[in-house]
Amino acid sequence: MSFLRISSPHARGKNSTKSVMQQVALATMPGFLALFYFFGWGVFINIIWCVLLAVTAETAVLLLRKRPLSFYLSDYSAVVTGILLGLALPPFAPWWVSAIATLFAIIVAKQLYGGMGMNPFNPAMVGYALVLISFPVAMTTNWSNPVNPTGTADFLTHLQWIFGFGSNAIDVFTAATPLDIYKHEIAASTEAVVRQSPAFGSFISYGWEWVNIGFLLGGLYLVLRKIISWHTPVALLVSLSILSLALGWDADQVTPLSIHLLSGGTMLGAFFIATDPVTGPSSPRGKLIFGAGIGVLIYIIRTYGNYPDAVAFAVLLMNFAAPFIDYYTQPRTYGHSRSKRGFGGNK
Amino acid sequence: MTDYLLILVSTILVNNFVLVQFLGLCPFMGVSNKLETAMGMSLATTFVLTLSSLCSYLSFEYLLKPLGIEFLQTITFILVIAVVVQFTEMVVRKTSPMLYRVLGIFLPLITTNCAVLGVALLNIKKQNGFVESIMYGFGAAVGFSLVLVLFSAMRERIAVADVPIHFKGSAIGMVTAGLMSLAFLGFSGLVDI
Repeated sequence: MSFLRISSPHARGKNSTKSVMQQVALATMPGFLALFYFFGWGVFINIIWCVLLAVTAETAVLLLRKRPLSFYLSDYSAVVTGILLGLALPPFAPWWVSAIATLFAIIVAKQLYGGMGMNPFNPAMVGYALVLISFPVAMTTNWSNPVNPTGTADFLTHLQWIFGFGSNAIDVFTAATPLDIYKHEIAASTEAVVRQSPAFGSFISYGWEWVNIGFLLGGLYLVLRKIISWHTPVALLVSLSILSLALGWDADQVTPLSIHLLSGGTMLGAFFIATDPVTGPSSPRGKLIFGAGIGVLIYIIRTYGNYPDAVAFAVLLMNFAAPFIDYYTQPRTYGHSRSKRGFGGNK
Repeated sequence: MTDYLLILVSTILVNNFVLVQFLGLCPFMGVSNKLETAMGMSLATTFVLTLSSLCSYLSFEYLLKPLGIEFLQTITFILVIAVVVQFTEMVVRKTSPMLYRVLGIFLPLITTNCAVLGVALLNIKKQNGFVESIMYGFGAAVGFSLVLVLFSAMRERIAVADVPIHFKGSAIGMVTAGLMSLAFLGFSGLVDI
């Protein structure tokens, strides 16, 4: 009689990559519905288009590398990358912008490193940053103004706008995001005047506040289901708030805290992008540092930099620092003294 | 004071020598396989870069300019850098054998780092003053160290990833450097220097 030797863990949770990814996709629903309500069919078309391309690209690479298709495709990671990109891109982004972003994200940022679990940078944000740098005009002027009737056009019209065919093809939409408007107009006027713009609505920033609250709700759901830990988003939001209160208390000079938190991609970034378990640090202490770093970078780039929103860059920059943070925040193994790091560490 | 701070921000983040200006790529790719060696390299580079930008400024201002032979600047700077590196190596060896052992081969290697010569030449081109030159050199070195150390920690992780065979080693290193460069573009516009 032979004994089967099985090492720990003996008790396993039900969580698999597949179910985690499905939950993440599900949790984007409230944010997606808000985006859909305020910005129209463009978001929907973007998501479908990005998911389609992401899965196709993933399949192509897997075929090239002769890997089992069903195993890798059924973890839904490519689908989630596509969804996140579709949510992040402007609703009227032309089809080739989203195509370049998605293909670059899946092929270069993810599959060149060996696929799911190996990529050092968040694929969706790499794709986003690439098109933001390469096509700044297409990326910043294709936000429909939610107060503007363009958002209420029907599905087919949107399809024609995005893919640029038919008689309805148009050259450009000019609507900047509230973050962009505030940043550029506050230099010459005061808060009360800037707020007159319909983009801000009566509350904080028309449409965007509900989008962010939607993503916040979805994020809280993920935290409650223990799919993401609270460390990264909390550290991110706290550091962004502290910096904004300390340096940007004067709403007549710079963007105030309310707009920082409830406009742009803050909540999407905090709960869905920064919490990526692959590209962030693994220890709780590391996650706190990671999140705080993203918050600081978001504030700095939004306030002093060229780009109106900074979530993609901040996340990428901290992804870059994540292995280093991991290296210095490894928890002490029980029963051992703290390991030495840096000079003399390996002696 | 603010000017000096802006020079630091500019050289470390906005115009990072490695990721934005693409100088000093050889040590960046060559010494980034292990975190410990990367730290030794960055320490040595910081020291030499600061000192050499000071020396090259002095030699340009008080030697080449009065004699009217500014066209010799490149060759002079190469000589100055080599001297500084050799001098540093001798001093470190005599005063701190421990540090000498840590830095080891990296000290002489710095002579071939194009960022060192680049800083010296850019200082002249930008007509930086005495303190500005030192700050510029120091900032360049800190920026170099920052990305080198972070990059080496990342490469240790990539080394165990399931990278396609054609991309193993330097190839994926270059791709990573490109993606990092993409991320650093986010800093553009912070400072106008």
